[in-house]
Amino acid sequence: MTMSINIAINGQKLTVPEGTTILEAAKQIGIEIPTLCHLKDTNEIGVCRVCVVEVKGARNLVPSCITKVTEGMEITTNSPKARKAREMVMNLILATHPKDCLTCDRNGDCELRTLADKMGIRKIDFGAPVKDLPLDDSNPSIIRDSSKCILCRRCVSVCNEVQKVSAIGLINRGIGTTVGTAFDRGLADSPCVFCGQCVSVCPTGALTERFNLREVWQALNDPDKHVVIQTAPAIRVSLGEELGEEPGTIVTGKMVGALRKVGFDKVFDTDFTADLTIMEEGHEFLQRLTEKGKLPLITSCSPGWVKYVETFYPEFLDNVSSCKSPQQMFGAIIKTYYAEKYKIDPAKIYTVSAMPCTAKKFEANRPEMNSSGYRDVDAVLTTRELGLLIKEAGVDWASVEDSQFDQPFGEGTGAGIIFGSSGGVMEAALRTLSEVVTGKELKNLDFKGVRGLEGIKEAEVTLNGQTLRVAVANGLANAKKVLDGLKNKELDYHFVEIMACPGGCIGGGGQPRPSTPDTKQKRMEATYRADKGLPRRKSHENPAVQEIYKEFLKKPLGEKSHHLLHTSYTPRNK
Amino acid sequence: MQIYRGHVLVCAGTGCVSSGSRKVKAEMEKQLEAFKLEQEIKVVETGCHGFCEMGPIVIVYPEGIFYCQVKSEDVKEIVEEHLLKGRPVKRLMFKDRITEEMVPHYNDIDFYKKQNRIVLRNCGFINPENIKEYIARGGYEALAKALTEMTPEQVIEEVKASGLRGRGGGGFPTGLKWGFARAAKGDKKYVICNADEGDPGAFMDRSILEGDPHALIEGMAIAGYAIGADEGYIYVRAEYPLAIKRLKIAIAQAHEMGLLGEDIFRSGFNFKLNIKEGAGAFVCGEETALIASIEGRRGEPRVRPPFPANKGLWGKPSNVNNVETFANVSKIIAKGSQWYASMGTEKSKGTKVFALTGKVKNTGLAEVTMGLTLREIIFDIGGGIINNKKFKAVQIGGPSGGCIPEELLDLPIDYDSLIQAGAMMGSGGLVVMDEDTCMVELARFFLNFTQLESCGKCTPCREGTKIMLDILERITKGEGKEGDIELLQSLAETIKSTALCGLGQTAPNPVLATLRYFRDEYEAHIKEKRCPAGVCSALTSYTILEDKCKGCTACARVCPVQAISGEVKKPHKIDSSKCIRCGACMETCKFSAIIKK
Repeated sequence: MTMSINIAINGQKLTVPEGTTILEAAKQIGIEIPTLCHLKDTNEIGVCRVCVVEVKGARNLVPSCITKVTEGMEITTNSPKARKAREMVMNLILATHPKDCLTCDRNGDCELRTLADKMGIRKIDFGAPVKDLPLDDSNPSIIRDSSKCILCRRCVSVCNEVQKVSAIGLINRGIGTTVGTAFDRGLADSPCVFCGQCVSVCPTGALTERFNLREVWQALNDPDKHVVIQTAPAIRVSLGEELGEEPGTIVTGKMVGALRKVGFDKVFDTDFTADLTIMEEGHEFLQRLTEKGKLPLITSCSPGWVKYVETFYPEFLDNVSSCKSPQQMFGAIIKTYYAEKYKIDPAKIYTVSAMPCTAKKFEANRPEMNSSGYRDVDAVLTTRELGLLIKEAGVDWASVEDSQFDQPFGEGTGAGIIFGSSGGVMEAALRTLSEVVTGKELKNLDFKGVRGLEGIKEAEVTLNGQTLRVAVANGLANAKKVLDGLKNKELDYHFVEIMACPGGCIGGGGQPRPSTPDTKQKRMEATYRADKGLPRRKSHENPAVQEIYKEFLKKPLGEKSHHLLHTSYTPRNK
Repeated sequence: MQIYRGHVLVCAGTGCVSSGSRKVKAEMEKQLEAFKLEQEIKVVETGCHGFCEMGPIVIVYPEGIFYCQVKSEDVKEIVEEHLLKGRPVKRLMFKDRITEEMVPHYNDIDFYKKQNRIVLRNCGFINPENIKEYIARGGYEALAKALTEMTPEQVIEEVKASGLRGRGGGGFPTGLKWGFARAAKGDKKYVICNADEGDPGAFMDRSILEGDPHALIEGMAIAGYAIGADEGYIYVRAEYPLAIKRLKIAIAQAHEMGLLGEDIFRSGFNFKLNIKEGAGAFVCGEETALIASIEGRRGEPRVRPPFPANKGLWGKPSNVNNVETFANVSKIIAKGSQWYASMGTEKSKGTKVFALTGKVKNTGLAEVTMGLTLREIIFDIGGGIINNKKFKAVQIGGPSGGCIPEELLDLPIDYDSLIQAGAMMGSGGLVVMDEDTCMVELARFFLNFTQLESCGKCTPCREGTKIMLDILERITKGEGKEGDIELLQSLAETIKSTALCGLGQTAPNPVLATLRYFRDEYEAHIKEKRCPAGVCSALTSYTILEDKCKGCTACARVCPVQAISGEVKKPHKIDSSKCIRCGACMETCKFSAIIKK
């Protein structure tokens, strides 16, 4: 039973449940206390001290974000002492912080800058020298600028606790403290999987994706180049946030319209290769099931997850589907099938993909991703970069009219769209598997057991009398739990979907900030809304998919598929 | 058992070892053999006597003759004259600084007269590597009493009634702390000893660990029984190799005798001890950082609550006390809380061990009853200031403490009076300063220390101490500005009230205390660009007084940077732009012709 606690904040009496923090209690009566390091359920360590308030009888000021109320507590949030202390702490943070706000990646959505404004900081005292630390740009996905780091540790908590990757931690001490990798090498030489969850929670410009906008502009401006863009399922429910829409707004049509205005020769839908993935992966699963191959089969769409399993659980590599991710399938198909069909020199095709993900940049850079004979995907943009591209191009979002994806890859099914949410790949696979195995039409398409933001979801599905146990995990800490369970035989599944990011791609490291549980929920709901609204909701019903098999691939797991759509994995050092 | 007619105690504390006691002991054994006395006289290696200034120390029993600063060349004389012929060697005895008379006995020496050695009762008397010697002095009787005659609650009540407070610095009532850990629910509990002594100049805990490790072990076992823990950790800094070695021996011997391990005294109580070596981070003396370090994580404090009593080592209820606190426990249980509470002041009971260092004649360890005045400690026990210079202040409580000026020398020492005076008991370091100490430089020194030892977790400590240090550095370099004092004050107050742990919250204390008592020195540095103590080199200059200089050229020859010029037999001159202010010229001048301004 939860007890009620009577407290007073700034003289106003209120009753809150036991376990409530001062911060939460203040919010209930409409008082917002500034916070910086605090990230609910993830980073509750009270280190930045900008949220201190005065509590009667306490020797010192207390951090409101983690101090739980006690009976009779009398709190003053705006006493001269508390205000002076908060202002000075903020000033101490700002003293050594670079002042290049105008050109910073976070110009416009910097939490630190917003907070400084809200706290009325109009002068930075102390005249301390600005931090000048080396940039880590060792990898294709994430850039770390430690000079802009304010040591809030959100990234460290996410990497260690949510993702259990522990690529970064605190190094050195005192004023020399920085966030870094073991031996302070670049992320490229660390176990980092480039999921970008750290980028997603960073309040400043210390962690950003590697910008590829310049390359994309160069290609767009090159008259010799045929520039195509593919947009991932999870982008259409989040891009709007970059352009002033409410979270959960579905902007598919507008996005296509805007990208056409930006100047892409073709705007394609990654849903097409999501459907193709289901065809290949579904058949791979059936093959393993009937031929007693290695089970469970584990999905391979999430490049962060793929690097994770290569690094931490190489013993499971044979369980991972050999299917490339939809992004890479698309790249390979465009520079082969599409080039042949439309008689375009593949050397002149420039493929861009818009992804909710930072690991996709790493994936496109993997040396083996050139089965078309060229680099399959030339540039990867995150949702945030895509928003910026539209803004940079001067496209007035408000006036953009809906447009349709280009053919032949403009056709996607609901199954492809739900790839964006955790559980979506599994549900899409089950829809197709059911019909392929039973030969009967599936009436109820909604496999609700695998939906939602919960970390690990399990379900049982009976097909032709055989019960299949499936599991869905999102967030690598949950993936770890599943793998450990499989390893010590406590768990036993036939088919497992794993996404590196909490919530799946809708919570990806390349998505608009902030990516809170609430925004993720709204994006997730939007993917299922979009799915429901489509005439075709099963991958094998996609006419473009049927056509490519007829014209080019011949059959799932066939020779061409093997060459263009499948890949292999490499164990990596931690 | 062999009976000896005499015992020679050779101190093997770290202080005496570094001044050569190992050689003395070897020579002693050699000489005893040469004089065929090895069957009559036994040589015993003991822990620290505390009077480190006078080391190596040798005491001869049964007479109890106290020899100091014994060199291996002196050993033959001691053996031949004293041990063979029965004529104590006068010239090696302690010489009273005032009467200049030789003082043959330990207890008659001023340094020891005002002491009350409870915690240090065995240090210097017994061989710390032999458990039987500890037992012979009443050791493990308290554990037996606790286990066989008392309930855990009674043990806690007894400790509460004694008034014992944590000796690590905070002064939290020990019995109360044990009560919290006892009340906490948990299938497993831990007792942890904080032996991460890190204050500059403090070595109380090291002496206990080296000189009487069983006192700690017994105290921890009693605490384990009281709170319901069957396992303990001693977190000791790796820079104390001798302490670690002796602890290991002591733990092994206690196990062998059944005083640790399973079913101790057939009471059903089990207790085992582990040693965890710390890597020398000052912040690991903070209990939550210490626990993180034992767990193998980065040694950083975390926000409390939850307190270790509820969520400590590996998430289990844990009780953390420091070495000296545990070392008090067995005496309290053996002799009763009333006896203990009869000593000290109203709110601070018992004794406290201080490490007396700095510009004091008798440096060393002194255990005194709470309530003794600082004057008594510094002037009676410590013998006053070296070269009879003027006393200026004493830094108490290490880098977290503050300085106490002359006008407060009659302050009776207890936890609360020290806090009121802007200092704190800390672990008991006393650094005595004379008139030649610059108080701004002192504040800079301590802030530099805490700034370097900050773990970097919370903003105020990480960023704030650095900014304060920068300001102090500017001031000592003569670049102080109007407003610096106010800014220091303001930063200090904010850091004190917002830092995450004790290290940060107390880091500004040396600045606040020096500002409180020696503000004029800060002002002299800032406004007059003058260091009153003549310490800050940027603000000091050396000048040759023309009328006194004989032109002997000694100063010019000794100057390492050729800043002094002049013809023979004519007054010399110092080129201030070249001078590095080393002071060598002034020391060399026989005519007092060089002055420092």
